[in-house]
Amino acid sequence: MNATNAGTGAPVVDVDPYAHETLLDPYPMHERLREAGPVVYIPKYGIYAVARHEQVVSVFANHAVWISSAGVGLTNFRTEKPFRPPSLILEADPPQHTQTRAILSRILSPKTVMTIRAEFQRVAEEMVERCVQIGEIDAIADLAQIYPLKVFPDAVGLGEEGRENLLAYGDLVFNAMGPRNELLAKSAARAAEVTDWIMAHCQRSALRPGGFGDQIYQAADNGEITHEQAPMLVRSFLSAGVDTTINGLGNALYSLAAHPTEYARLHADPSLARGAFEEALRFESTAQTFFRTAVCDTELAGVPIPENSKMLCLMAAANRDPRKWPEPDRYDILRRPAGHQAFGSGIHGCVGQVIARLEGELVLTALAQRVKAIEILTPPTRRLNNTLRAIDTMRLRLIPA
Amino acid sequence: MPTVHLITHEGRQHTLDVPAGTPLMQAATAAGVPGIVGECGGSAMCATCHVYVDEAWLDRLPAPLANEQEMLECTASERRAGSRLSCQLRIEPALDGLVVRLPERQQ
Repeated sequence: MNATNAGTGAPVVDVDPYAHETLLDPYPMHERLREAGPVVYIPKYGIYAVARHEQVVSVFANHAVWISSAGVGLTNFRTEKPFRPPSLILEADPPQHTQTRAILSRILSPKTVMTIRAEFQRVAEEMVERCVQIGEIDAIADLAQIYPLKVFPDAVGLGEEGRENLLAYGDLVFNAMGPRNELLAKSAARAAEVTDWIMAHCQRSALRPGGFGDQIYQAADNGEITHEQAPMLVRSFLSAGVDTTINGLGNALYSLAAHPTEYARLHADPSLARGAFEEALRFESTAQTFFRTAVCDTELAGVPIPENSKMLCLMAAANRDPRKWPEPDRYDILRRPAGHQAFGSGIHGCVGQVIARLEGELVLTALAQRVKAIEILTPPTRRLNNTLRAIDTMRLRLIPA
Repeated sequence: MPTVHLITHEGRQHTLDVPAGTPLMQAATAAGVPGIVGECGGSAMCATCHVYVDEAWLDRLPAPLANEQEMLECTASERRAGSRLSCQLRIEPALDGLVVRLPERQQ
């Protein structure tokens, strides 16, 4: 048995979610946190945590108590200074959030998917074909990274130059949600330069008319938001739209390569691609964690929690909670894992999720059609990040169909 | 337990007993009703649990919130007067006997 946190009754679990060995292999810690109780306390950071599916969902659903405007990382914006001006959507609460969210969800809607699908598919097929020609590829550099880095900024309306800044910025933003450790220090080394590039490319003059970015400015023209808010919303595309899908694709390629019988099923029926990507999101969740902050004294699963407490929500642990998923540690492309928390849920659920799913479906479909089998030549090396589960390199051999 | 009837685009009827308070999307996907996808898990973010509510029942449902309205603009099959996202329809005892029709496609 664990000790309980004096005064609250939450089991105390002495783990460090940001230790290198934990980031390399988070699953043993997930299990410890899940099995210790519905709500636990992590003394090293003075935070509460939820790792079971039911409680993660209930924290995300109760946005009136579990707010985002105090930051969705470890830093509490009510008492500490954020590293950048807070996001107008990710780090905001209703009613402001409602307004900005409506604009982004309109721009990134299923209707938009219908208009961009053909172009996204053309690029996916072209890139997969090139990989098949090479034969032995680095799954990240040759496919998982270049595809989102091409199609998404194209759709936003960014020029071709300097897109590597998007990778550096994504790495910085997601590291900044953890503690001020060496991972953050490393990704912050070029922070000023990268941030300047990002903010310069959030200006209307840097964005192709008609693209996602320009559509934000059109919303400003219509008076839905101010022109001062527009670049800040464009910033959300640039921070959340690239590194996330890169790692979603990388994790999906890894899941399929490591499970040859599942890949054989996909190859036999490429229409399973969307489900294979979805299951990879559950199995190896890209965004592992987000925080919420208690806006008042509250209670969760019978545990009283004081105002201003930070709550670590472990989506990746919820996605392998045996209370929710039969055989949670099995990658099964026929599972249909609706309700997984890889995109979060509730009003802050990933607003770009239909675009992410489109990218995943198209790359895996093209792969399934052209490649009979995948062999892992060198096991993945990890790029450690405080929030993201990311592969750095993974050499694969693609055996053409 | 309230009973709900779902009629597929091909005209097949599925009758479900739904525990009160359960969103219709969840009940339909749990029962394996074809034609309801519910990809986003019930957050009104994917418009793949679109249904046409029978006219006689429309007024008895709570009006759609702004996020549902937004998504109803994005359905793969045409939006009609009775269009709703079934993830946003909690089946309460007053909805016993509800009839909804499924669109031709969700994606």
